[in-house]
Amino acid sequence: MTGLHARRRRRVNAFRYVVFTVFGLFFLLPLLAMIRFSLEGSTGGSWSLSSWGQIASYAGPPPLLSGVEITLELAVITCLVVLALLVPTVIWVRLRVRWMTRLVEALCLLPLTIPAIVLVVGLAPIYRVIRQQFSLSALQLFWVYAVLALPYAYRALAAGLEGVDVKTLSEAARSLGAGWFTVIWRVIVPNMRQGVLNAMLLTGALVLGEFTIAYLLLYTNLQVTLFYVSRGTPNAGVLFSTSSAALLFAFVLLLILSYVGRARGRQSERSKVSK
Amino acid sequence: MTGVEVSLRGLHRRYGSVVALDGLDLTLAPGELVALLGPSGCGKTTTLRLLAGLEDADGGQVTVAGADITHVPSNKRGMGMVFQAYSLFPHMTVRDNVAFGLKLRRAARAERDRRAMEMLELVGLTEQAGRYAHQLSGGQQQRVALARALAISPKVLLLDEPLSALDAKVRAQLRDEIRRIQLEVGTTTLFVTHDQEEALAIADRVGVMRDGRIEQLGTPTDIYSRPATSFVAEFVGLTNRLHGTVAAGSVNVRGCVLPLADPATPDGQATVLVRPEAVTVVPSGPLTGTVIAVTFLGASSRITVDLGDTTVLAQLPTSEATALPAGSAVALTIRPDPVLVA
Ligand SMILES: Nc1ncnc2c1ncn2[C@@H]1O[C@H](COP(=O)(O)OP(=O)(O)OP(=O)(O)O)[C@@H](O)[C@H]1O
Ligand SMILES: [Mg+2]
Repeated sequence: MTGLHARRRRRVNAFRYVVFTVFGLFFLLPLLAMIRFSLEGSTGGSWSLSSWGQIASYAGPPPLLSGVEITLELAVITCLVVLALLVPTVIWVRLRVRWMTRLVEALCLLPLTIPAIVLVVGLAPIYRVIRQQFSLSALQLFWVYAVLALPYAYRALAAGLEGVDVKTLSEAARSLGAGWFTVIWRVIVPNMRQGVLNAMLLTGALVLGEFTIAYLLLYTNLQVTLFYVSRGTPNAGVLFSTSSAALLFAFVLLLILSYVGRARGRQSERSKVSK
Repeated sequence: MTGVEVSLRGLHRRYGSVVALDGLDLTLAPGELVALLGPSGCGKTTTLRLLAGLEDADGGQVTVAGADITHVPSNKRGMGMVFQAYSLFPHMTVRDNVAFGLKLRRAARAERDRRAMEMLELVGLTEQAGRYAHQLSGGQQQRVALARALAISPKVLLLDEPLSALDAKVRAQLRDEIRRIQLEVGTTTLFVTHDQEEALAIADRVGVMRDGRIEQLGTPTDIYSRPATSFVAEFVGLTNRLHGTVAAGSVNVRGCVLPLADPATPDGQATVLVRPEAVTVVPSGPLTGTVIAVTFLGASSRITVDLGDTTVLAQLPTSEATALPAGSAVALTIRPDPVLVA
């Protein structure tokens, strides 16, 4: 009996390793190839850092650092806007208008079904009209990004709210004298920290990697800057080094963010246990 | 802090086509503990939630200490509430939970902590002040919830089946503790339960509810020994329904003549409600039958006796019941307490 179990477990484990390996290769090979190409010298098969050097020495216009700055600022603004919009919404839907759950969910998933190019076709005239009157900085892209981030952030927040007894907690807080603002931000949100963190990670990832809309609306964020870098040189390797740089930039940032979030979570866990 | 008077007048509340409250009237005297008792769905929770302001009334009026608070939102009512579900804020320590209401009232930190510890002492949990909800047992969590509700010196304390998730022993213990604390702080309290024993044990007065109204409101003794209606009688104690003949202010049940609780009962055939405690075993008596089941309840036991055409429940000390295994022949009589006709 136990032998049978052990054999089955081994089979399941083997299956897992195969799946992991196949998918791992599927993801990693193109990335490794990209990095390899970015390190290619002038003759095939040689190694060189010149493609990376060209990013570092790129002087603009527009300067690379301003692209980094704009993208980071956009990521922060978009995260804040999305959270300020969605957190009260998901809580309110859970609490007061449960029957609207499906509707809100469908609305939030809508941007996923609309291709970026279609969005741009719709948005370009709006931006153009406004720009005739006011000068809009690239930061104004957050309107579009907030819409694009809705599906991911909504899912993350809804999942974060799953294990929280919103009704009882909010009623307890209300009876103790809390207004709705306090109920949402001081009672419910601290209990869905993981969901908020995930929503921020996904929104951040989306903004850090966005190119199409910024480019088509004639704004310059990091991705667009990197695109200019690679276009302004005959060295084909730069195309790969810029792509790798963009990827690394987002990856490292998200890693730091998730590590900080996780560490803070662990800290409060630990203080729970030690006290 | 002494209690204030609370009064609910003509409360109506419907959910779609369901009438949850149908003109409920209830007045709690200052410092009194009233238990609302009734079957599932009779509107106990709805009453409590209307009083707490967590639900709006369709009609009627709620006054506390003479002031009409019908349209005051729940966070401005200053009522302490303990829920059936565990309701401690999971991200706060026990102390912070208890101090939460005071923090909202902008009490100074030292004052908050002092008051929180005072409340925790009241419920006997000072040791656990630094813990989180997930490190406490169910009973402890409900105690903290009680401390948290009392910390804001509420005008009224509302308890919605706070003990129903706990096991029997903790339940009885915590029930007595709630009563002790309530008497100590003197807050007017509404306690909702569907457990008649709990209601009778804890309350100054018990309100038995049925279909969104109070069927009878009275002291536990009143409710238990002088139920106003057969519904109350049946709900408050397991009751035998026996046929009898009413004549001249008393009723004859199988040869036992019993006084009537309501002398105005018309003569004729009637169904009489008799408590198991009123049925006693005698060497020879008017009722004879065979024991078909014995249920031990601890100090007392309940036997089911087949009388031929019907069965009757009798409750007697366990020491006597052990002499009556299933199958033994037994003679019974009914104590002449005033009885109610269904
Ligand atoms: N939010 C709601 N939506 C629809 N119907 C409701 C709602 N709350 C209560 N009801 C209905 O109102 C009636 C009274 O409910 P209430 O919760 O007050 O009963 P209760 O006496 O507390 O019962 P229990 O002992 O089961 O808790 C029930 O028929 C219930 O189905
Ligand atoms: Mg209820």
